[in-house]
Amino acid sequence: MEQKLKTDFDKLISTSNFSNQEIKLKKEALNNFLKNGFPNRKLENWKFLDINKIIQKNIGELTFYNDYNIENEINDNIFIKEIQHNKIVIVNGKVERLSFEYEESDKINLKILDNFNQNPNDDNSLLSLNNSFSNKIHNILVKKNYSFKKPLIIYQITNEKVSSTNINFQLNFELEENSSIKIINFSYDNSEKNFINNLFNFNLGKNAILKNYKIDKKSNTNIKYDYSSITQKENSISETFIFSSGSYYIKNEVSCNLEGQYSSAFINGIHLLSKNKHHEIRTNTNHLYENTKSYQLIKSVIDDSSKSVYQGKIYVDSKAQKTDGYQLSKAVLLNEQAEFNAKPELEIYADDVKCSHGSASGSLDEDSIFYLMSRGLDQKTAKELLINGFLLDVVEKITDEEIKKLLKNMIGLN
Amino acid sequence: MRDKQIEDLKDYKYGFSTDIESFKAPKGLNEEVIKFISNIKKEPGWLLQWRLKAFERLKVLKEPNWQKPKYPKIDYQDLYYYSAPKSFKEKPKNLDELDPKLLETYKKLGIPLQEQKRLNGIAVDAVFDSVSVATTFKDTLTEKGIIFCSISEAIQKHPDLVKKYLGSVIPITDHYFATLNSAVFTDGSFVYIPPNVKCPMELSTYFRINASDTGQFERTLIIADKGSYVSYLEGCTAPMRDENQLHAANVELIALDDAEIKYSTVQNWYPGDKDGKGGIYNFVTKRGLCKGKNSKISWTQVETGSAITWKYPSCILKGDNSIGEFYSIAITNNHQKADTGTKMIHLGKNTKSKIISKGISAGKSDMTYRGLVDISNNASNSTNYTQCDSLLMGNKCGAHTVPYIKNKNSNSNIAHEATTSKISEDQLHYCQQRGLNQEEAVGLIVNGFCKEVLQQLPMEFAVEAQKLVGISLEGSVG
Repeated sequence: MEQKLKTDFDKLISTSNFSNQEIKLKKEALNNFLKNGFPNRKLENWKFLDINKIIQKNIGELTFYNDYNIENEINDNIFIKEIQHNKIVIVNGKVERLSFEYEESDKINLKILDNFNQNPNDDNSLLSLNNSFSNKIHNILVKKNYSFKKPLIIYQITNEKVSSTNINFQLNFELEENSSIKIINFSYDNSEKNFINNLFNFNLGKNAILKNYKIDKKSNTNIKYDYSSITQKENSISETFIFSSGSYYIKNEVSCNLEGQYSSAFINGIHLLSKNKHHEIRTNTNHLYENTKSYQLIKSVIDDSSKSVYQGKIYVDSKAQKTDGYQLSKAVLLNEQAEFNAKPELEIYADDVKCSHGSASGSLDEDSIFYLMSRGLDQKTAKELLINGFLLDVVEKITDEEIKKLLKNMIGLN
Repeated sequence: MRDKQIEDLKDYKYGFSTDIESFKAPKGLNEEVIKFISNIKKEPGWLLQWRLKAFERLKVLKEPNWQKPKYPKIDYQDLYYYSAPKSFKEKPKNLDELDPKLLETYKKLGIPLQEQKRLNGIAVDAVFDSVSVATTFKDTLTEKGIIFCSISEAIQKHPDLVKKYLGSVIPITDHYFATLNSAVFTDGSFVYIPPNVKCPMELSTYFRINASDTGQFERTLIIADKGSYVSYLEGCTAPMRDENQLHAANVELIALDDAEIKYSTVQNWYPGDKDGKGGIYNFVTKRGLCKGKNSKISWTQVETGSAITWKYPSCILKGDNSIGEFYSIAITNNHQKADTGTKMIHLGKNTKSKIISKGISAGKSDMTYRGLVDISNNASNSTNYTQCDSLLMGNKCGAHTVPYIKNKNSNSNIAHEATTSKISEDQLHYCQQRGLNQEEAVGLIVNGFCKEVLQQLPMEFAVEAQKLVGISLEGSVG
């Protein structure tokens, strides 16, 4: 693999026009990845789902080179018609279209970076991999006091042209004081057996609001790693919603740094799994300042021989007095082969805090099924109704009414 | 009055050391030392082979380092692996032959070895450094067919039982410290309860580390045969010394069909001084196997001592309908560190487990609850309930919760809750309004916080533990 990485890297550098600074950073990142390789279960964070093994078993040899010079066609049929929206279309890890037709153009600053932040924590080698092979990074800056009028939908498309390929993608958002944005990240995969590695950076200024909804619904055999890093200043709010169901394997990682007082982070997620899918949500909420708040609700419905994992960590710094942190994970196992693993973790160094977590897993409540059946429903319908209600709980947490309606229809929950 | 009491208790009152000449094996860890230990204990050949096999395995094992409390590297070659009071070369036949200094020591510790002075009817096996000193109430127990003696004695007198069960729960292929213990264990207690016998009294062991530079490696083996019941207590102290001392014991419990074992620990090893100097490293492996149907194992622990506590008393629920319980209070103050919790491994059908853990951290200490609940594919209709609460006093300490939850069975339910908070101002205000001073109020509230666990302890121990909870937190409020 090492040789393959090196030749693919050289090919990428020779066919693209990166700045010297970028090439230098990319080389460092590559060396870091070469040193550590793909993470495996020996690392605490990868204990439950060993990505190294899963890639080897399902893909085998990966190609790391991705031709960013190809013009990809976009099929307009896949665009969501129910709501008016701005678009970013990404095909095979390359940004093909950016349209902010509903917004005031002088309030948004779009630029392509010729520099990037080096992976701050060395132990996550996938971020290094992303840094070394991703294309030039787009940065979207929302100016002071501006709120997006319409949501922004990021279409992440893969097409048949790629297979057994590692696709790396990065996007940055900066939200200045008092600004706000609503994002739907919509995955649309027409490819099979690729390893897709995404990194999103969000920087929230004072009073900024970020609403980020991630939808992976279309069934495919890709393996995905998706990392969102969110830093928050005073009074800012971030809301993340994850619907994870389509791909063969996804690990969604959300890391929130609450750096300013009265900032708050909400992370809600659904795992709706069947067949032999492996999905994981891992959250890291770091309370670094006084009076911050975080809330997490993760629910899983696990059928066939699929596997759901939730790892959530609340960290409270000794400075972060008056922290309010809450985590709840619940799982319903529908089949004997299904598996649920959880590691809800608290690491607390301040005394005046209110932190708690809960986790429950088991089968559907027999009494509830009986109740519904005694009122004339057949067993199948009764079960569906209960699962529907179980998951609806999470969807109801979405604060944007228009998007909530859209997502309910999309997921099929009423 | 209370102030004086507190003043007396504030310092570690078990911190004295007894000036008894001891007889030690040469320093260091090698085959010679293992042979020396085996030889001096007149062990049969199979046991020496067993020890050497463990030692072979130890050579390839690495010390684990995933735990939260880090500690400086231990030089295993700089330790004495065997230390016994000199007068023990010929084991005394009865209490009258014991070195009076030893009796004095145990009197100071409040352990009633002299049967005539016994008030509460607890049979005690006391372990001083490496050697089991005396076992009381032997006759009463023998009548019922109960075997309660030191493990060295059991190896001589009941080799079949020992051979059958030793290492059956903690094999020599286990983790580093357990394997180290298998190679060099010196003494400990052995209990066998015959079928359908309910042990008429609490059995108890008292561990004491006296000599410096020694590690204490006991091995406790408790077997409850079909339909029997036993309640077992364990207490520990050590003198104050500047250097850290290692305590790596192995405890194995085996419950056969319909048997029940209740194992309680009040651990009060020397925690080190206010600046974190000295103290015991308490790296103990405790594991119970519910081997038979309808069996039950219950662990209760009050952990207040040791510089570092690192242990996870576990239950393997193999028999159908078996039950595992874990009740724990862990208190850390000053520079103490604890990483403790439990493992509940559900293998049989209809197995149940319950975990109640209360952690209190004060001063500059660090406390971690780490636990595993694993329900396997075959363990249908199993349930687990876990509750772990942490209380923080001051903002220089830490409290962490790291539960691992694995559910592989769709007919089984796991519920887990954890909270972290401080003592509420309202509760403090309420108590102070009624005339308690702040320390008394805190003591009262903390005792209430721990009550669920304290209730599980046998009566005599519960009182002691309650006092210990109060003492451990002195000076941490305000």
